[in-house]
Amino acid sequence: MISQGARHVVLELQDIHRYFGTVQANRGIDLTVKPGRIHGILGENGAGKSTLMKILAGYLPMTRGRILLDGTEVRYASPNEASSLGIGMLYQDPMDFPMLSVIENFMIGQVSGVASAGETYRRKFSELVQEFDFTLRPDTPVHLLTIGERQQLEILRLLSIGARVLILDEPTTGISTTQKEILFSALKKLAAEGRSVILVSHKLEDVDALCDTVTVLQDGRVSGAMDQPFDSTTLLSMMFGAPPESSRHIHRPTSQTILRLDNVSAAGGRTGLSGCSIQVRRGEVVGLAGLEGSGQGVLLRVAAGLLRPRKGTIHLDNHNMTHQGYHAYRKAGAAFLPASRLEEGLIRGLTITEHCALQQQGRSFLVDWHEAHAGARKKIAGFQVMGSPGSVVESLSGGNQQRLLLAFLPERPRLLLLENPTRGLDLESVHWVWNHLDAYCEQGTSIVFSSSELDEILLAADRVLVFFEGRIIKDVLASRTNVMELGRALAGRV
Amino acid sequence: MGEINISILLASVIAGAAPILLATLGETVTEKSGIINLSLDGSIILSAMAGFVIALKTGSVVAGFLAGAMIGGLVAATVAFFSISLKQSQVAVGFVLTLMARDLAYFIGSPYSRVQGPQVGPSPIPFLEGIPYLGEIIFRHSIPVYLSLVMIGLVWWYLYRTPYGLRLRSVGEHPEASYARGINPKRVQMLYAVCGGLLVGLAGATFSLCIKPGWGQPQGAEGTGWIALALVIFGGWNPLRAALGAYLFAFLQVMSIYFQGWVPSVPAQVFQVAPFPLMILILVIISFAQKESILRWSEDRPIVRALLKTFTGTAPRALGRQQNT
Repeated sequence: MISQGARHVVLELQDIHRYFGTVQANRGIDLTVKPGRIHGILGENGAGKSTLMKILAGYLPMTRGRILLDGTEVRYASPNEASSLGIGMLYQDPMDFPMLSVIENFMIGQVSGVASAGETYRRKFSELVQEFDFTLRPDTPVHLLTIGERQQLEILRLLSIGARVLILDEPTTGISTTQKEILFSALKKLAAEGRSVILVSHKLEDVDALCDTVTVLQDGRVSGAMDQPFDSTTLLSMMFGAPPESSRHIHRPTSQTILRLDNVSAAGGRTGLSGCSIQVRRGEVVGLAGLEGSGQGVLLRVAAGLLRPRKGTIHLDNHNMTHQGYHAYRKAGAAFLPASRLEEGLIRGLTITEHCALQQQGRSFLVDWHEAHAGARKKIAGFQVMGSPGSVVESLSGGNQQRLLLAFLPERPRLLLLENPTRGLDLESVHWVWNHLDAYCEQGTSIVFSSSELDEILLAADRVLVFFEGRIIKDVLASRTNVMELGRALAGRV
Repeated sequence: MGEINISILLASVIAGAAPILLATLGETVTEKSGIINLSLDGSIILSAMAGFVIALKTGSVVAGFLAGAMIGGLVAATVAFFSISLKQSQVAVGFVLTLMARDLAYFIGSPYSRVQGPQVGPSPIPFLEGIPYLGEIIFRHSIPVYLSLVMIGLVWWYLYRTPYGLRLRSVGEHPEASYARGINPKRVQMLYAVCGGLLVGLAGATFSLCIKPGWGQPQGAEGTGWIALALVIFGGWNPLRAALGAYLFAFLQVMSIYFQGWVPSVPAQVFQVAPFPLMILILVIISFAQKESILRWSEDRPIVRALLKTFTGTAPRALGRQQNT
């Protein structure tokens, strides 16, 4: 095929292998990406998607294989060389400079020398922003942007340096529904212009909404491919071998109230929390839905005693806890699991054994390493953590860190407060986590959790609270609502 | 005794601040790229000695300044090399070097102690020196003092207005990301560690050839490096604010001499120490401007935003970190 203009390019990956020591992340992957199409790469965590994309973006060298652009083999050893060939990637963790401004981020890598080129690039930038209907402003420091806006900036930058193939790694994680729509329409526009877009995801809904064609990876190999229209059962079986069951989780809440908030207002997050009244019954699972930062996190932290409310009262088991601190809440049986695993949950630099040692109740002066080691082994086995007692926590993958956090929850809490408990986990791990949490409910624990996935909330929760701008605008039984209705509420339309 | 001549006071502040200013600006450049050069204090003393001895031997103060700058650059290059190539801790290497450089200076310099040597005299700038007040304050100094004044603007312009400066800052913020964009972070860090070191070396030579002429043990420059390191932090890694800090510090030092005369009942040490708590107080006030809500609010107000931008700053994210590119 003769390329029609510079934007069109056929990308072929042939027999890509990548080994990390004895781990074979990619073993013989073939993939052809045609111009003007949005190509989905689907697979559960650890299927080899990210590795493959990092190879393609020049960030990782491959062990063996060939990459062809329009039939010619290309070799490159750095992301910079890849982008000069027109291959650009949006990483899962944004590779940008948070303390610098939007326009500076846009310019880094494009400019050199002593003469200021600010005006030229400002013009270029504002043209691109208008073209895509983004709302970025050139002088905002990047750390004030949302993840979605940082993606927009990165897309514009890649286009500005001439990207013809755009790779996006899990772009819909942690962004709002509105921003997802903006992103998707931008990607469709790019494809319509003849560029190739590669979307890496483990979410069927993203692939369904966006992709023309999809390739499924499993265990480092291509396990199947499909063009629109997609059949989710087939795709799921390509991802997992067999489709996972997705039956609703049923709990039996009693009438006893465990947590009661009356007209609570608190500062924090993007919007704070205003005039919130809820009751959570014993054994009940309550899901908190809403755009990220609409008050869910504040509510969880208030209920855990980490944030003091400005107004209102909090009762735990009929005790007034309003002016108590976190440790009093813990004693009363409330346990909190934060979303940022390495910032608030686990302690960087300590091993699993050392985490166990920290939890030891005894008042003895010396650490009982024997017990701590045994405890670590037990938790690793019981929670299927991929790691050893001596692994430092940051060396574990996100999913394994989450399992470990769950392992450290108290055995018989009255109330579990979980912030995005399954963030970044693959479907199998999500099911595993919820099966584990169900066991808590059986023994009468109440669970309040937030999630950005409506499907998960509908599956796991008995009751759903929808947050909008710091207020609860909807309180409904999970069995009496659906994704459509919740989605509308999320956008503020009840 | 009670009289103060404002012009003379300000002129002596500008002259006295010159070496601290040069060292502070140099360290700001280095730290902006992500390298901490803790060897500053020893480096200044060593280059003060080298500058003086070379100028004495060759009879040329220019040669003396060049030697000082070279020594500063060399010490900085050592810190950078140990960190970038040998992956050693910048802090540990810097500490050891600061002690070593100082002792080396005393050892090599001991034969030249209290020897009469060359020094740089004032070179008033024609016409400009005639301006009332201003001429006396700014335009009757020696060349190193003029240099320190010019460097404030030059360093700021280079960091914030040129693409090279942008690259330098990007490396200090996120070396991995700048690598992904085709920048070689190691080379950039090495380059600016040495550039910063050159300025630090000039600071040393400015001491021994201009501000406190001569060599001895102690020379009188001892401790300046540590103050400069603190000023970089107080200055929020911004050359303008760091310069302001350096002048403030010099001003407080000059004032302490006056105060000793005015209130002899208060121990002199009080005035010598006073600059430090005062600096901390000022830091607290300035840090209010860094609040996120204020930053957002200022976005639509260009003048306020420009002001805030001048007076805010946080540490480069990758400062002192070992990079893996």
